[in-house]
Amino acid sequence: MSAIITASRLIQRRREGRVVAILAAVLLAIVVLSLAVGAYSLSIPDLVRTLLGGGAGNENFIVLKLRLPRVSLAVLAGVAFAVSGALFQTVLRNPLASPDIIGVTGGASAAAVFSMLILGLGGVATSVSAFLGALIVAAAIYVLAWRGGVAGYRFVLIGVGIAFMVQGFVSYLLSRADLRNAQEALVWLVGSVSGARWQDITVVAVFLAVLLPAVAVLSGRMRGLQMGDDAASALGIRVERARLALLVLAVALAAVATAAVGPLAFIAFVSAPIARRVVGTGGLALLPAALVGAIITTGADFVAQHLLPGDLQLPAGIVTGAIGAPYLLWLLATANRNGKGA
Amino acid sequence: MVCPPVPAAAGARRHAQEHELRAVGLSLGYDGATIVDTLDLTIEPGRVTVIVGANASGKSTLLRGIARLLRPEAGEVVLDGTSISSLSSKKVATVVGLLPQQPIAPDGITVSDLVGRGRYPHQGWFRQWSSTDDAIVADALAATDTLALAERRVEELSGGQRQRVWIAMALAQDPDILLLDEPTSFLDVTHQIEVLDLLLELNRERGTTVVMVLHDLNLAARYADRLVVMGGGKIIAAGVPADTLTTAVVSDAFGLEALIVADPVCGSPMVVPIGRFHGAPAPGTLG
Repeated sequence: MSAIITASRLIQRRREGRVVAILAAVLLAIVVLSLAVGAYSLSIPDLVRTLLGGGAGNENFIVLKLRLPRVSLAVLAGVAFAVSGALFQTVLRNPLASPDIIGVTGGASAAAVFSMLILGLGGVATSVSAFLGALIVAAAIYVLAWRGGVAGYRFVLIGVGIAFMVQGFVSYLLSRADLRNAQEALVWLVGSVSGARWQDITVVAVFLAVLLPAVAVLSGRMRGLQMGDDAASALGIRVERARLALLVLAVALAAVATAAVGPLAFIAFVSAPIARRVVGTGGLALLPAALVGAIITTGADFVAQHLLPGDLQLPAGIVTGAIGAPYLLWLLATANRNGKGA
Repeated sequence: MVCPPVPAAAGARRHAQEHELRAVGLSLGYDGATIVDTLDLTIEPGRVTVIVGANASGKSTLLRGIARLLRPEAGEVVLDGTSISSLSSKKVATVVGLLPQQPIAPDGITVSDLVGRGRYPHQGWFRQWSSTDDAIVADALAATDTLALAERRVEELSGGQRQRVWIAMALAQDPDILLLDEPTSFLDVTHQIEVLDLLLELNRERGTTVVMVLHDLNLAARYADRLVVMGGGKIIAAGVPADTLTTAVVSDAFGLEALIVADPVCGSPMVVPIGRFHGAPAPGTLG
């Protein structure tokens, strides 16, 4: 009798395994393309040779100094945004609850622009400001949404309100700045992985190495929270404590990614729903979501660099925005019909 | 024919352990408003207790308090001599299970996966999923007659099937005491009976103590070994249904004028409401 259950679990694990394998292959293909294709294109054998340390001087420069940092940062930031979005959406049980919709990345933007335009800071200081901005805004939303507990819809509504506030603040700062500084701030605000430095990559990698295992430890509690606060409590989960811990992880992931690449639009918002749809088992699908996030980020950057007509080279954030906005419309159009969230 | 049927002697499948579960001077509320007011209640082990009462009488709140979902404002809930507030929530969850009124099935989840999530309190750092868990999940599905649905998606099921699956999840938690908050709401009458029969069967065959909140007084009277009638956050009457469900109690708890007759199926008390238009004809009203 229990063989039925064993078999059923095995089918699901295999299904998720297949999806992960396919997504990983797609990601690998995009990474290889990003490294090989450009104004100076390499063949695959040349690329492999260069990566292994046997490249000529110009190949080393182009692949190792220009393209590899860029694609590495895109992968890591994509993973961080996607897992952050998955955590928010699951813990708050609302598909709109994602750091880019509820003002967490907006808070990072406001702080970064403030540091650039008013304090005259740049580089690492901008990243640190962005990180702190995300934390402050998230803490403010949490406190404002608290009524003896945090309900998902209240958190989202307050977050959307805060997102408008920080947006207004950013516009105010931009309108007061002189044109050249405002231009620099605008580029940061769209989000881009160009000009990636190894120090940024290291910071994001270290954060991921700490935060992702913590997410894995709390994944059992997340599965409980998916079924509602009461059902989770009945299973022995301390709901508010688990939710706070998961939100802290989610905010840290969004903050570190935004600090590194700017507020790349919609990756956090779309990755987990796409992954869940592809896996289709009702599980958390965190690994598939992370891969989808990395695929979208690297793919968007590739499209922005190479595939737009007329030699336009745009920041990746414009492409991710173009993917995310229609999804948001579709979600809003269908959400009421289904009457349910994530 | 008596109802509910007399509990059978300990059978082979009767394995739930008996626990002492009591509310002592228990007050519960939200945001300072007291909903349950210094209430004492002892849950009879191995029996079916049904809590009834008007809307806002505190019955669901009481259930949540007993299940440790609410922190008491005063008093305590005692499980085997220890206040449940001082027990770990996972430990309580291995003894007391609760099926909330509207649990959420994640999109696309299969029956076996959902029921498997009931194993959470039995898992930990060193205790991952094992074949024992598979066996317990299979047993919970068999007990609720949903084994054939194991690989189906929960959203494809009918309301009655879905409720049986949720009960299976609560059973997979392997609780000796099972609390259910209106397990029959949103179900048509056929599925209501199906679910209540299932719960009675679980109680009689496994010895699981069942405590549930029900809206329908007549079904409550038929399935309860012990009926608890609540009003204004207090217990108005408690005991075997035949002695508890009287015209005075119904009037007191629901503000409803009603006749109590014997249920023709098995003699349990049956409430027949009178209403404004169907009682003794008054001049100028409908007869």
